[in-house]
Amino acid sequence: MRRIDLSRIPGARWGIISSPYLWMLLFFLLPFAIVARISVAEAQFSIPPYSALFNWAADRLTIEISFANFQWLMEDDTYFRAYWQSIRIAFYSTLMCIAIGYPVAYTIAKAPPSVQPTLLLLILLPSWTSFLIRVYAWMGLLSNRGLINQALVGLGITDGPIQMLNTNFAVYVGVVYAYLPFMILPLYANLVKHDNTLLEAASDLGARKIITFLRITLPLSKNGLIAGSMLVFIPVVGEYVIPELLGGRQTLMIGKVLWQEFFNNRDWPMAGALALVMILILLVPILIFMRVQQKELEGRR
Amino acid sequence: MKSLTFTRCMFWFGILFLYLPMVVLIIYSFNAGRNVQVWAGFSTHWYAEVLRDRQLIAALWRSLRVAFFSATAAMLLGLLASIAIIRMKRFRGRGLLSGMVTAPLVMPDVIIGVSLLMLFVSLQQAIGWPAGRGLNTVFIAHTTFCVAYSTVVISSRLRELDESLEEAAQDLGATPVATFFLVTLPIIWPALLSAWLLSFTLSLDDVVIASFVTGPGATTLPIEVFSSVRLGVSPKINALATMIILAVSLVAFTSWYVTRRIDIRNRRLQVQYLKEAE
Repeated sequence: MRRIDLSRIPGARWGIISSPYLWMLLFFLLPFAIVARISVAEAQFSIPPYSALFNWAADRLTIEISFANFQWLMEDDTYFRAYWQSIRIAFYSTLMCIAIGYPVAYTIAKAPPSVQPTLLLLILLPSWTSFLIRVYAWMGLLSNRGLINQALVGLGITDGPIQMLNTNFAVYVGVVYAYLPFMILPLYANLVKHDNTLLEAASDLGARKIITFLRITLPLSKNGLIAGSMLVFIPVVGEYVIPELLGGRQTLMIGKVLWQEFFNNRDWPMAGALALVMILILLVPILIFMRVQQKELEGRR
Repeated sequence: MKSLTFTRCMFWFGILFLYLPMVVLIIYSFNAGRNVQVWAGFSTHWYAEVLRDRQLIAALWRSLRVAFFSATAAMLLGLLASIAIIRMKRFRGRGLLSGMVTAPLVMPDVIIGVSLLMLFVSLQQAIGWPAGRGLNTVFIAHTTFCVAYSTVVISSRLRELDESLEEAAQDLGATPVATFFLVTLPIIWPALLSAWLLSFTLSLDDVVIASFVTGPGATTLPIEVFSSVRLGVSPKINALATMIILAVSLVAFTSWYVTRRIDIRNRRLQVQYLKEAE
């Protein structure tokens, strides 16, 4: 049997592999090296606003590497608290997405195959509309004179409006709302592949539904659960738009801190150091995600 | 039976949670009053206001242009990456390639934004390219993260594709190029279309990365919207949001419907051919 072998066309194989390869090397991998290099520079008033790595003066080449930014990062506990709060918010949001997303994915996967695409569309349609608009929608709902507070006061449940917008509560609502589809999709993709005969066998042997779920469905859905959790957890740690629009003064998230260092303080080296530390913190989750995803990507066949 | 009703309830709760904010937003876009929270009668006044806003319309055109080119480039690069990963089983650095096309899926936007900006600035210093920042740098940035999404979509379709069809074509004397255009492409093009549309909407939606890498005079629509949203809720933004929601849903729904129809037909044909071949 002959295999599809594009390598028989001269240069074709090389061209196919190298064009996405070079693009991603240049625009995805190389930037991290640049960030590392700028994070050890010093901020200064110039264009670009950081000191040079090499200096050639008086027949002498000097290389200037400053770890001041990292030292500052360790000493000022604002940064530490920002990292910590980002991780905490991302962690709890992931748990909430699992709590809501798992039953939803399960319902779709167990629905008759003919209605599954429609149910999936129903879930995904809101996520195709702008992310910004979805977060914005909650600003109106949660504000002191918003619909929720109007309803609470109108029904006599509370005397006055409850402060919801610009609190961590609003951040949680926004994050779960915006990232829920990222949990549902990989979970559904996993659950729909399960072999129903296993479940039937278990129930024929007298296992209760909850036992069947815990001992068969849940372990089998491990990869979907990991992929979904990483798709929520990792981007939320670096989230900027949601804490900016829905969060309050006590909401200290690292994405927002980095943004302010960069745009308000124009301190590029500090922003670079913050980004680098964020990448290091997220490295293990990212590697876990890549492994699971690679299994899916290259998977079977 | 009990667990079934529980999951059902959660499902409908999930749907309600997803749609309610949108519905409220759309209703209040027809509010006559300036205050968003107090209903002051029905009016389409704010829609006229949006359409009259020159700055907003200009930003929309810029965004559409960037999204069009980014989606096209990302689709092509995603197709090549998928062929490389799925079909060319062994080559040096294959693991790195599949790593580089999956990592952007989860990488926080601020990191992609800040690192690309620093790259552009350093490159400009070192080799003079890119000469300045603007729509060209936004295009590069958007293409880069969209390649990841487009590879996921295309490769999952390419993997499902029955290789015996391509082998059959080659056994019948078709060249690899002819096989690709006559057999592979007609089967996977719905995936190419969904990859393009996904990249298009992602590019149209991005505010964080574009804020970092754009230059003067190249404000995209999300940046424009974000800067006014930061000041608070306004009925004009509600009207704009409603228009975006309707446009995106319409395109998404149509593409979903079309690709589903074609997919069903293709699968039926494939089964039929294989049966006849036996």
